[in-house]
Amino acid sequence: MSEHIFALIDCNSFYCSCERVFLPALNNKPVVVLSNNDGCAIARTPEAKALGIKMGTPEFMIRKDKTMRQTHIFSSNYTLYGDMSQRVQDVVREFAPECEVYSIDELFVKLEKYKTIGVIEHARAMRDAVLKWTGIPTGVGIGPTKTLAKIANHLAKNTPDCGGVFSLMEEGARNRILDEFPIEKMWGIGKASTAKLNAMGIHTAGQLRDMPARQARQYGTVVAERTILELRGISCIPLEEIPPVRKGTAVTRSFGKPVTSLDELKQAISTHAARGAGKMRHHGVIAGRIRVFMHTNKYRNTPQFYGVECGSLRPYTNDTRQIIREAMRLTEIVFRGGIEYGKCGIILEDLLPASEKPQDLFSEDLPHSPNLMKALDSINKRHGRNTLQMVGMGMNKKWKQRSEKRSPCYTTRIDEVPIVRAI
Amino acid sequence: MLRLIENHQTLALHSFVVPCGFPSPADDHLEDNIDLVSHLVSRPSATFVMQASGDSMEGAGIFTGDYVVIDKSVETKPGHIVVAVLNGEMTLKRFEKREGQYLLTSTNPRKYKPIELNEDNPPEIWGVVVGVVRKCV
Repeated sequence: MSEHIFALIDCNSFYCSCERVFLPALNNKPVVVLSNNDGCAIARTPEAKALGIKMGTPEFMIRKDKTMRQTHIFSSNYTLYGDMSQRVQDVVREFAPECEVYSIDELFVKLEKYKTIGVIEHARAMRDAVLKWTGIPTGVGIGPTKTLAKIANHLAKNTPDCGGVFSLMEEGARNRILDEFPIEKMWGIGKASTAKLNAMGIHTAGQLRDMPARQARQYGTVVAERTILELRGISCIPLEEIPPVRKGTAVTRSFGKPVTSLDELKQAISTHAARGAGKMRHHGVIAGRIRVFMHTNKYRNTPQFYGVECGSLRPYTNDTRQIIREAMRLTEIVFRGGIEYGKCGIILEDLLPASEKPQDLFSEDLPHSPNLMKALDSINKRHGRNTLQMVGMGMNKKWKQRSEKRSPCYTTRIDEVPIVRAI
Repeated sequence: MLRLIENHQTLALHSFVVPCGFPSPADDHLEDNIDLVSHLVSRPSATFVMQASGDSMEGAGIFTGDYVVIDKSVETKPGHIVVAVLNGEMTLKRFEKREGQYLLTSTNPRKYKPIELNEDNPPEIWGVVVGVVRKCV
């Protein structure tokens, strides 16, 4: 049997690392990146963690706390992170063409081909290249299954002097390590599963590995059974090189401040609808249904409301005008007055590749649809999002999210590139 | 006709869409337009653009406002213009070796003293400058 060799490349504190690439003065300093709307910390450097900042620590607390306030705080800049993520992927593909983009900061690759030159050496060369060429530090975990590669990655990041690369390929050493490895740190084992497994006396990955498969089936799901096999070194989760076709796409945002009027809600919903339509054109898909929702902020002590309504799009479309028109009709149906809304959004469903558009005898496309949308996209790409927009999207957008500490889009906008001193 | 296309897949399509009249003698000589980006950028994943500010590299033809193209994958060699990190700030310098001593210099040495690099002061090179872009009009 030829053994699989998976590696998981995981970027260290990715969003913070992206900010540091262009501000080297922040190396070794505490840095956090905030969620959309500057709510709370979603990415932290080890220095920030050491100050007691947790995932979800609110922005005001970081700003006011005596020790935390030395932290450098950034609003999230997904334009920058997306571009840097693409660069990391491109470098990784030069070293391992079989590659699955698992998330914005994690990639799975297969390394069997590099057995002769040494898998660990190859992984180390890849890690060094990613660091030097993009400035992003990573950890690489290697194992015969994805689950084990994920555990190895955790060890790569937490074992000093392993040089950021850790392998669990060798069975003896692997099993000894699994016997010590707590299950709550494993891939896909959340709080609920941990409690369930703990109740059965299972606390380590080694104990889970040794659980009879039949027993697992009794207590858990197929997922649990698969995890057990993966811990034994039997690969059950293959590399997914081609991202699955999206079944739906959502655009939702919290408001910067509570919104009560129908006008402002319509502005927000049409902005989200336009963004969703743009996303669909980018991916070459069309939608057959749209869902509009709005709700109150559940953390506020005000009357609560959740409203949702869905409608069909005929013909199937990705035309901003048609999607906004339907979204506005639905917004008027869902809206209730006298409520402080905290969040709204749209979800586009029944997505199909544009080439598979169903024939439709009873409805007609809006005039000039493809060309007009192409012109809209190219102008907005060139001059920044929402340069050209539908009137209903509103001009002053008081509801818009806070994003006060966003860094420049260093890598994608010529007027925001970093300044280099010649002095 | 179909046969013909199958056998000449590499020909530009233009050759077949002019059914009447004399085909252009330039058709067989079509080439892509000049692409300045591919001329300047050999590894896009490692290439970044910055804007220069200051007069220390004018002798190397880099003026305030110029865009410099930086490739982080290029190995630094003596003679290269580099983006060096000095006191946490990105700074344009020339990386040099004189009598066994590594230096970061400016093209304006009277105004900006060379910086000696050694074990106490290791160079932190962000990337190598591979091109300069300036719009004249």
